[in-house]
Amino acid sequence: MLSYILRRVVATLPVMAIVALFVFSLLYIAPGDPAVVIAGDQASPEDVERIRQSLGLNRPFLVQFGSWVWRILHGDLGTSIFTNLPVSAMIGQRLGPTLSLMIVTLLLTIVVAVPLGVVAAWKAGSLIDRVIMGFAVFGFSLPVFVVGYMLAYIFALELEWLPVQGYTPLSSGFWPWLENLILPAVALGCVYIALVARITRAAMLEVLQQDYIRTAKAKGLGQGGILFIHALKNAAVPIVTVIGIGIALLIGGAVVTESVFAIPGLGRLTIDAILRRDYPVIQGIVLLFSFVYVLVNLMIDVVYTLVDPRIRY
Amino acid sequence: MDRRTVLKGLAGAGGLALTGLSAPAIAQGASARTLRFVPQANLANFDPIWGTQYVVRNAAAMVWDTLYGIDSSLQPQRQMVESEEVTDDGTTWTFKLRPGLKFHDGEPVLSKDVVASLTRWSARDPMGLMIKALQQELTAVDDRTFKWVLKQPFPKMLYALAKNNSPCGFIMPERIAQTDPFKQITDYVGSGPMKFAKGEWVPGAKAVFEKFTDYVPRQEKASWLAGGKQILVDRVEWIVMPDPATAAAALQNGEVDWWESPIADLVPVLKKNKNIGVDIGDPLGNIGSFRMNHLFAPFNDVRARRAVLMALSQEDYMRAIVGDDTALWKPLPGFFTPDTPLYSEAGGEILKGKRDFDAAKKLLAESGYSGQPVTCLVAQDQPITKAQGDVTADLLKKLGMNVDFVATDWGTVGSRRAQKTPPGQGGWNMFHTWHAGADCINPAPYTAIRANGDKAWFGWPNSPGTEKEVASWFEAKNLDEEKAAIGRLNKAALDDVVYAPTGFFLSYTAWRKNVSGITKGPLPFFWGVSKSA
Repeated sequence: MLSYILRRVVATLPVMAIVALFVFSLLYIAPGDPAVVIAGDQASPEDVERIRQSLGLNRPFLVQFGSWVWRILHGDLGTSIFTNLPVSAMIGQRLGPTLSLMIVTLLLTIVVAVPLGVVAAWKAGSLIDRVIMGFAVFGFSLPVFVVGYMLAYIFALELEWLPVQGYTPLSSGFWPWLENLILPAVALGCVYIALVARITRAAMLEVLQQDYIRTAKAKGLGQGGILFIHALKNAAVPIVTVIGIGIALLIGGAVVTESVFAIPGLGRLTIDAILRRDYPVIQGIVLLFSFVYVLVNLMIDVVYTLVDPRIRY
Repeated sequence: MDRRTVLKGLAGAGGLALTGLSAPAIAQGASARTLRFVPQANLANFDPIWGTQYVVRNAAAMVWDTLYGIDSSLQPQRQMVESEEVTDDGTTWTFKLRPGLKFHDGEPVLSKDVVASLTRWSARDPMGLMIKALQQELTAVDDRTFKWVLKQPFPKMLYALAKNNSPCGFIMPERIAQTDPFKQITDYVGSGPMKFAKGEWVPGAKAVFEKFTDYVPRQEKASWLAGGKQILVDRVEWIVMPDPATAAAALQNGEVDWWESPIADLVPVLKKNKNIGVDIGDPLGNIGSFRMNHLFAPFNDVRARRAVLMALSQEDYMRAIVGDDTALWKPLPGFFTPDTPLYSEAGGEILKGKRDFDAAKKLLAESGYSGQPVTCLVAQDQPITKAQGDVTADLLKKLGMNVDFVATDWGTVGSRRAQKTPPGQGGWNMFHTWHAGADCINPAPYTAIRANGDKAWFGWPNSPGTEKEVASWFEAKNLDEEKAAIGRLNKAALDDVVYAPTGFFLSYTAWRKNVSGITKGPLPFFWGVSKSA
């Protein structure tokens, strides 16, 4: 297993290299010029050119790419064109809110979606199943921002239970941290809960028709034991897969959620950087997200071996 | 149903629910010594000379003081300067600083700091560049006196040092001001009434300013950038909110105290809340515009440009930008900001009255237009440009023009508009923008009105008549001469259609009613603003 993990980690390097080349090339050929944005409307073409020179944007593609790769290899993601702050520091500032949002959303999803999917499968065809699946369709169909505004209206403006916006770090206390994350996590989690609940139901339905489930029932095992110990474990592979895939959804959804709830996370940083053509920041974030995605896939593969001992690499 | 409709509906519902029944909100117990402010945009950098965005200027006005400050009557007033003298021939200016001025690190403000600051500023500012071109020497005479010797008079010297247009002549310590003007500073030690808390700065999310207790305000009443800048709170927090509905909800909920620029759609909701005050923020407003490329057909022919102007309905543009609130816009048959001393409608008949499409089509045909595509750049991520672009596309189609509508983002427009290549080869025929009214009160900061061909702003208009009157204004010795020059300038610029003004529009600002002292102006002024619990 260890050698497999090592092999997979090494295999991520060419993937990351291709991502890096792709991202860098895409930004190079994309229209827009950060020097123009910096210089402002009053600037002359000479001013813009001087700014471009001072930022090194007038150098040939290969020189710029080589210099960027060299810095990356030395652990330096570069400096933001606009803020003049190290990209790593900017990502560090924003990582906490995004990680918090993703973790709370993920936990909420697992805690809500998996039991819902199990119950829906257990009561397949019943009213409960229809209600749960109806909720799933609803959750999957509603855009995150609509859910976000509705939640903010009800729980912040009407009931005044929770704040409308912002983020408080965990170091300021558990409740202040959590109260800022509840509404965004529910808004972001809706789609994800719907997806995981549907997959769980489908996987459980298949497993519940297996002979060993009938045997378990014949042995007199309790319903809970059959569902959550025998059936769920055997249905876990597709569920784990979709949870992993869903992390990509979370990354995308975080961009909107962070804007709606004014959370200073990586999603907002990404949008701001794209609109201003802050190339080093965009490159740094895309590399980070790519790495996270590759890592999540690796973790899913490892989890497969835990839930299904027949899987070996 | 789009996102904007949803947020408007929900914010509206929230507003109705709160009207008259607002209970104390969660965050209202926060210290009355901290003012929480939602700025118009993200403070992405903090060098007001290197980056000329208005949001940077607005923040910098708290942190760095200026030698002179423009007041609400648009006149320059002494600020850091105690006195000035100018020789009879107008070529030598001698300035003396007020005593007791200090930087945020406790060091005194000295003439050498001023000389370094003005040197950096004059390398980037259009008026500074004009002074620099005339400069013989700029030297520190002693710790509080400095001298600017010119080769010929520059009558607008005090205005240049006082103006609120970006970049302003902010005074920094010499060691910071010696930074290349094309490189960003990293040290934010200022001379103004508030200190920048660099450690708390999260670009894109938050910026914090703390009261500088050693600041020595002037004794006069504050008026815009002039007078006594008394800070009445300990801390000002800028909280960046990209989503207007969130900002509206946060203001209603008491999580923020002041929202600089609420969008027009949400203002009715805010007005219904008894805890919120709403008023026009900047009386100088904005001028909508689109620019035509004077280098290429069809708009290299003045008849084609005038044909567009003849058919253009400013009301259509203004309603597209600000909606049906007629208090927020007015027609503008000219180029200068309404209700300011130099406003003129000379030559503006072409923009007045019923729109004459038949005459416009005839004139367009006379210009030789024969159906070639007109590349119209429209930034979709800026509500103002998007609204104007949609109206223009409709206008051009009604004129029988073949519109190549390029829907893109502002970053792309920003770089593509600088291209002088033909429209089919990466260039363009039209793009939309707007100008702060504060930049359009006279020709000094008004880059967009210049018509000196290759050196002019994008579109590169070449109108010797316009340029002649710009020069006349700079040479004018009194207000009457200035007004006469501007009248001629306005007419010449309209005759040659330097650009197309689409109207004058205003925007609101909104605040919790426990905040007082907010004044109307071209930027948010934090001096004199206080907050009760």
